Amino acid sequence: MSEHHHKETFVTKYIFSQDHKMISKQFLITGMIMGVIGVFMSMLFRLQLAWPEKSFSIIEAFLGPHQTDGVMNPDMYLALVTIHGTIMVFFVLTAGLSGTFSNLLIPLQIGARDMASGFLNMISYWLFFISSVVMVISLFVEAGPASAGWTIYPPLSALPQAIPGSGAGMTLWLVSMAIFIASSLIGSLNYIVTILNLRTKGMKMTRLPLTMWAFFITAIIGVVSFPVLLSAALLLIFDRSFGTSFYLSDIFISGEVLHYQGGSPVLFEHLFWFLGHPEVYIVLLPALGITSEIISTHSRKPIFGYRAMVGSIMAIAFLSTIVWGHHMFISGMNPFLGSVFTFTTLLIAIPSAVKAFNYITTLWKGNLQLNPAMLFSIGLVSTFVTGGLTGLVLGDSALDINIHDTYFVVAHFHLVMGVSAIFGMYAGIYHWFPKMYGRMMNKSMGYWHFWVTMISAYGVFFPMHFIGLAGLPRRYYTNTAFPMFDDVADTNVVITIFALIGGAAQLIFLANFFISIYRGKKATQNPWNSNTIEWTTPVEHLHGNWPGKIPEVHRWAYDYSKKVDPEDDDSDYLHGQDWVSQTTPLLEGEESS
Amino acid sequence: MLALFYIFIGVAIGVSFWQITRIMNFRSVIATDKDNNFQGKMFLGFLAFLYAMMIYCLIWMNVIMLPESASIEGEHDDTLFDISFWLIGIAQFIVQFLIFYFTFKYRGKKENKAKFFADSHKLELIWTVAPAVVLVVLIGYGLWQWNNIMYVAEDEDPLVIEVYAQQFRWDARYAGDDNTLGLGNVNFIKGVNTMGVDMGDEFSQDDKQVTELHLPKGRKVLFKFRSQDVLHSAYMPHFRAQMNCVPGMVTQFAFTPKYTTEEMRQNKEVVAKVDGINKIRKENGAEESYEFDYVLLCNKICGASHYNMQMKIVVETEEEFNDWLAKQPTLAETIK
Repeated sequence: MSEHHHKETFVTKYIFSQDHKMISKQFLITGMIMGVIGVFMSMLFRLQLAWPEKSFSIIEAFLGPHQTDGVMNPDMYLALVTIHGTIMVFFVLTAGLSGTFSNLLIPLQIGARDMASGFLNMISYWLFFISSVVMVISLFVEAGPASAGWTIYPPLSALPQAIPGSGAGMTLWLVSMAIFIASSLIGSLNYIVTILNLRTKGMKMTRLPLTMWAFFITAIIGVVSFPVLLSAALLLIFDRSFGTSFYLSDIFISGEVLHYQGGSPVLFEHLFWFLGHPEVYIVLLPALGITSEIISTHSRKPIFGYRAMVGSIMAIAFLSTIVWGHHMFISGMNPFLGSVFTFTTLLIAIPSAVKAFNYITTLWKGNLQLNPAMLFSIGLVSTFVTGGLTGLVLGDSALDINIHDTYFVVAHFHLVMGVSAIFGMYAGIYHWFPKMYGRMMNKSMGYWHFWVTMISAYGVFFPMHFIGLAGLPRRYYTNTAFPMFDDVADTNVVITIFALIGGAAQLIFLANFFISIYRGKKATQNPWNSNTIEWTTPVEHLHGNWPGKIPEVHRWAYDYSKKVDPEDDDSDYLHGQDWVSQTTPLLEGEESS
Repeated sequence: MLALFYIFIGVAIGVSFWQITRIMNFRSVIATDKDNNFQGKMFLGFLAFLYAMMIYCLIWMNVIMLPESASIEGEHDDTLFDISFWLIGIAQFIVQFLIFYFTFKYRGKKENKAKFFADSHKLELIWTVAPAVVLVVLIGYGLWQWNNIMYVAEDEDPLVIEVYAQQFRWDARYAGDDNTLGLGNVNFIKGVNTMGVDMGDEFSQDDKQVTELHLPKGRKVLFKFRSQDVLHSAYMPHFRAQMNCVPGMVTQFAFTPKYTTEEMRQNKEVVAKVDGINKIRKENGAEESYEFDYVLLCNKICGASHYNMQMKIVVETEEEFNDWLAKQPTLAETIK
């Protein structure tokens, strides 16, 4: 296959490419553009929260008809938080993260020439691209984009009378998401089939790197839960456009009674969160997989408890599909259901704790190479723990009553899935950049990027827990209507300053990224001395990945610092160096791990 | 046009930066021992920063937090919250220490060798069982309290009040002498009958519609929630109470007020919080000073004025409450 070089034109190589490496870059760049939009929006609404009545020329410049003298309008505030959430969760952290690294790494780490279906892979990207374009177009609709929150609960999302964004803006949102789901499903099926069928000789499932396990399980959760969101969206489209009453009943608005009878918004909440909660893990598991790989490689130590890590990924995935009701404790559903969901929800703490402790044990007595990728992975473990612990409070239905939909929740999920997943994504980019572009990223800029981001992430989200405990609801345009919240104003200013600094720090990353593509130091074949087999491919990309035969795999991916005498930590390395590629056959008498 | 101007400036900065980087060194790419050493120490410094921030928030931001529960049912919420917060607080202090201290201690050096340590069932057993044990406590207490709050026994004879939501206001309806609410539906909304009460229902006649919620101290109150347009959420933070208002269905929540508004104003935590707020208001030049009141606010995104959808709650003694209620007209009087 590798000898068979068909002529590639610009279009087949860079645009309608079927090569997984190019598709992964396409996902990454599109995700980054969407990320810039999403983060920029959060900067705008943070300005509004810190200085509610102040005029900003940047708001005047970008919000056009949705602002008055540089102060954004209330419905535009809601639109911004809605689109910020949608873009960050789906377009950046689902497509940008999973799409990029699943595509890049699956064939390379399991030893395949390409994805099972290169064509479907290409379709998956282009559907994602179309859905991104539709989402961006929806920002320019006259009445404003969708503004019912990223959870788009009807009736608010169904009735343009209720909020202007529920007109054409909401229609485009639904269309965009329907296309997005199609893209995600095609991609996920491809990942599953590829991992199951195209592993190279010797790559047993039990020898898969943890990244592969994470992407594999993530794809399965996606296939199980995304179709449910699609049906929820379709029924909402029916209610909005064809007069059905799946979610609507007994509504009096703008002076008239609407015809809807017998539907229930609670049904929508069930359907939405049946995806919505697994979605958290669709976002997070790939980041955890990437981190497992990077922490092990840069600690020069095997990942601690490989089997437990795989087991906990599976346990988290399974539990994630039966906990959605914890978003609905006070939705009006039967309190008995609340009890069940409290129980299943808190169980997730167990596999999560196992993962966190296994990371920490991997660090213990390592020889830590503190490259930017490693810093972001360690940052992930830290924010994952900080954000995860407050889940014990929120998952307890009795406590959730009083902090539901307050800033406590906002702080919790931003740390545990937002910041953590972004950190995982950054770690992945710094680590595999040489594999993607054949060059290295600059480390000094990487260090600056990490530290400013880390400090601002905590600066933004840690104090936010406490304004939530003051009872401050989320999605409030301003807190000035309640004198009881006057004492959170100072904290809001601090949070906004940290947010602006953190947002600006991402420019360091963007600069580093694009400059390194062209001016970075040329990469060597295996710059991090890593065991996984993607580093046995040549630096220059070629269609089919390996020039000759695909290498055979003889061991798991984590034989770092294996010693002659397993009991003596100071004895010589068994293979003369502190890493052993998966392609190296076992020595005579060597025990496989 | 201004947006274009900003974008143009951004591009200009980007291009000049690009030019500057021509002379920059993009050759340093892999961490050396010097980097490991420095970054390891940075992590130790970050640990100090994190601890300082946690302690600052836990101690000095305490004053802005909600005061003790003003409902009897909420007392256990506060206790459960304290237990949970202590547990996760301790876990947070220990685990963050381990992460950052190990990163510092085991920062890489050329001559060092990592320990080959791939598995230990004993350790894994410990950190599977330890959280499980803690969870038994949290889940057990949590579920007990949840049942406590959510199920109202028939023999408790609660005072029934309907809370009615619409964009962007709250109304309340008292069930009157029969303590039974008349039926309601959006089809009955007309003129002064803004809550759509069915006046053909005999239970409706003595109902009373008000715009300010008054509650008697020490009597269980059963709230019935309705919404006429979109989802709203009736959030009464001081009572640890919240329930969504869902168009097309009636939801409910019950609690027993523990302190009157006057008593709550004397509460130590409330006094400290109110003082703090008034100091800030004075600095900002606000004319009126703030006085504590219970409040019901909307906590489910419901439209443009979501941020200002509120209703005042007054808790008073049974006598005061009865006097106040007697003065309110019945629906039979207001709706003809």
